[in-house]
Amino acid sequence: MPAITEDTTTVRVPEPIQPRDGFGPPPRPPEEDGGGEDPRPGWRPAFPVSRGRLVLWLVLTVVVMLFAGFSSAYIILRGAPAWQNVALPASLWANTFVLLASSVTMEWTRRRTVEGHTASAKKWMAATAALGAAFLGGQVLAWMELAGAGVYLASTLHSSFLYILTGMHGLHLAGGIAALAYVSAGVFRNRYSAAGHEPVTLCATYWHFMDGLWVYLFLLLMLA
Amino acid sequence: MTTHDEHAHPELGFWRKYIFSTDHKIIGIQYIITAMAMAVVGGVLSMLMRLQLGWPGTLWPSLENIFPTGFAGGVMEPGFYLSLVTMHGTIMVFFLFTAVLTGGFGNFLIPLQIGARDMAFPLLNALSYWTFLLSCITILGALFATGGPPLGGWTAYAPLSAVPAMGPGQGDGMTLWIVAIALFTASGLMGGLNYVTTLLTMRTKGMSMMRLPLTQWALFITAILGTLAFPVLLAAGILLTFDRIGGTSFFVPAGLFLADGTLIDHSGGHPLLWQHLFWFFGHPEVYIVLLPAMGIASDILSTFARKPIFSYKMMVYSMSAIAFLSFIVWGHHMFLSGMNPLLGSLFTLTTLLIAIPSAVKTFNWIGTILGARIQFTVPMLFALGFVSTFISGGLSGIFLGTSASDIAMHDTYFVVGHFHLVMAVAPLFAAFAGIYFWFPKMFGRMMNMTAGKVHFWISFVGVNCVFMTMHASGVAGHLRRIYDPTQYAFLEPVYGMNQFISISAFVLGAAQILFLVNFFASIWFGPKASVNPWNATTLEWTVPSPPGHGNFGPELPVVERWAFDYSVPGAKEDFVMQTEAPARVESS
Ligand code: HEM
Ligand SMILES: [Cu+2]
Repeated sequence: MPAITEDTTTVRVPEPIQPRDGFGPPPRPPEEDGGGEDPRPGWRPAFPVSRGRLVLWLVLTVVVMLFAGFSSAYIILRGAPAWQNVALPASLWANTFVLLASSVTMEWTRRRTVEGHTASAKKWMAATAALGAAFLGGQVLAWMELAGAGVYLASTLHSSFLYILTGMHGLHLAGGIAALAYVSAGVFRNRYSAAGHEPVTLCATYWHFMDGLWVYLFLLLMLA
Repeated sequence: MTTHDEHAHPELGFWRKYIFSTDHKIIGIQYIITAMAMAVVGGVLSMLMRLQLGWPGTLWPSLENIFPTGFAGGVMEPGFYLSLVTMHGTIMVFFLFTAVLTGGFGNFLIPLQIGARDMAFPLLNALSYWTFLLSCITILGALFATGGPPLGGWTAYAPLSAVPAMGPGQGDGMTLWIVAIALFTASGLMGGLNYVTTLLTMRTKGMSMMRLPLTQWALFITAILGTLAFPVLLAAGILLTFDRIGGTSFFVPAGLFLADGTLIDHSGGHPLLWQHLFWFFGHPEVYIVLLPAMGIASDILSTFARKPIFSYKMMVYSMSAIAFLSFIVWGHHMFLSGMNPLLGSLFTLTTLLIAIPSAVKTFNWIGTILGARIQFTVPMLFALGFVSTFISGGLSGIFLGTSASDIAMHDTYFVVGHFHLVMAVAPLFAAFAGIYFWFPKMFGRMMNMTAGKVHFWISFVGVNCVFMTMHASGVAGHLRRIYDPTQYAFLEPVYGMNQFISISAFVLGAAQILFLVNFFASIWFGPKASVNPWNATTLEWTVPSPPGHGNFGPELPVVERWAFDYSVPGAKEDFVMQTEAPARVESS
């Protein structure tokens, strides 16, 4: 049973509790501290970031650490005597431009949604998905180009990384396209407005992130 | 969802309620019971190892019936011994400790202690459990793989792990090991995502971060550690898989010969790379196990000392410091890998730095119980046991963390004794403390406390006999992961020690049967528990035992104070619930 029953109001307290050498209970927090549902009217969660955005950034943290693992392996093996660079397929340049362009269209999708121009947002969203798919197709072409030149997964350490890093990035981008398709269902049913458009903004963040990740991987593969 | 419509649901059927549940309490209990089953397997494997080490080469015809290949001819096979080491370590580190402490206590306690109705993503939570169960089945499958279980240790060092032809268990057995670990990682990441989101966005009114019980802080920091560390293991596992099936050479050097003399067709990789990636994950992993244990022990110590925790803030800061430092110490597992001595000194420095926050915590625990009228309940005994074994194990860590002395101790039983005390026994005791403590909230009944005390004392004496003695045999030079110590003449003086350890281990193992019987019998036959049997202050003790679906009544609780108001001067009782408004206790 709870400790303090009705009659505790009459308890006389000899001294207020003093924090002992700074080791006492922490001071009372401001009223809005907390974060969950509101048991009282007029109460708003204090955590400044929405749940969806928080989850997105946690997922991106996982992705960063995954690729940090790959990158450190790359950098360590880069110093191995057996390292042999292979020529990067030229189509990677084209793919990079396609992906960069898709980031631009994604950004336009987001802005049009935020402004409430749904009709225009639909167009840009379709363009983004198409460019994303074109990028993935282009990466497969790059693999075929490599294989045509006799460079396979196990040929050299560099080629192993080339296949695996592009493959891993492609998988994550495919996830982005799936998310875009899911969100687009809402866009095409005009569910998002200037006020409620979080899924689109989250998609955009993920997309730009994948774009930045690819630029990083491309530079790593090219320069290191 | 302020209005609470879940209560309106008709009673769910057995399957929906207890098996395919998305209720965090059921998922927590599922984690605990699955992990207990895994612990039984891991424990039996360790008993077999002790049988071999105590009496090497003895004939055990009855065991041949159970393990026809492992005990071919009635004597344990050397390869089988190494498989036992591998499977025991893997099961215990991942499938027992990580699962029971974060999956079990995390799921059960987070919503209850922060005043939420469930986790942020209940379905993801259920998915995380089922993925975990799948990973358990996969790792158990490795025990029965063609060629036998893997034998490269829980650290799966390359190139042994990277070349399937390296040994009988390195084929299918190792493949299943990798799949199981990948599934486990996925499950842990789903859980961690949920814990962080829930703890940040679902605390009830008044539950500021600095009012959280320390268990919650520990789970929060652990979830962040997992989010940062597990993906690196996953990356390493992916590269390893390509080495095994794709012909790449990330971890396989050129010019490697198999035992039968065939030259392996790999070129140019770096076996040490695996060690770096593994330990970059591996050292944080030991704190993924240890931090929740620290949190649970802190809360229980304060409860039964009937005193506030000594220096709450420093407890939080020191846990954060430990978490941060745990990412820059991994090299202390590799002092003997030929690393630059200067680098070794750097890793020594960072490793010994961890001793500072660890000591802060230890002194705070001692400060909490100092001068207290301690209630020696079973959870309290185990919490004290946690502090004791953490100190013993932590002290031997200082010798291992110093590169100069580790060069002598590395790969001896000194290491085995050290990490068992600090990362096996200490978390085990904290988990026992937590189970005895929260059992009434989980099942609405009390466990038998006499059996609990017997369990504690046998376990406490047992672990010290086993693992302190290992420190001694390690200093005498007893190597780690060896099948037959009698092959080394210089180990003759420690044969007796080995038998002593083995006998102690059997007694220790038997005592755990007492715990299991107590646990399962109490679910049905234990005396009914009241709402707050321990007179504790946190939110879970304000609701019925066990709490209904949705945890709290129609209104969520409002938190008015921190979790450690024990023996407040002037209060009517020696504890004040977190929901008690200050005016009613502290003013006149
Ligand atoms: C002051 C604290 C600690 C220090 C200085 C320390 C140091 C070390 C060192 C240097 C090693 C490697 C020894 C060798 O292989 O030669 C080691 C092994 C180990 N430690 Fe600790 N440690 C500390 C605390 C912990 C804690 C808290 C845990 C777990 C929660 C832990 C778990 C382990 C494990 C599992 C191993 C064995 C790894 C293996 O398989 O090689 N240690 N420790
Ligand atoms: Cu370590």
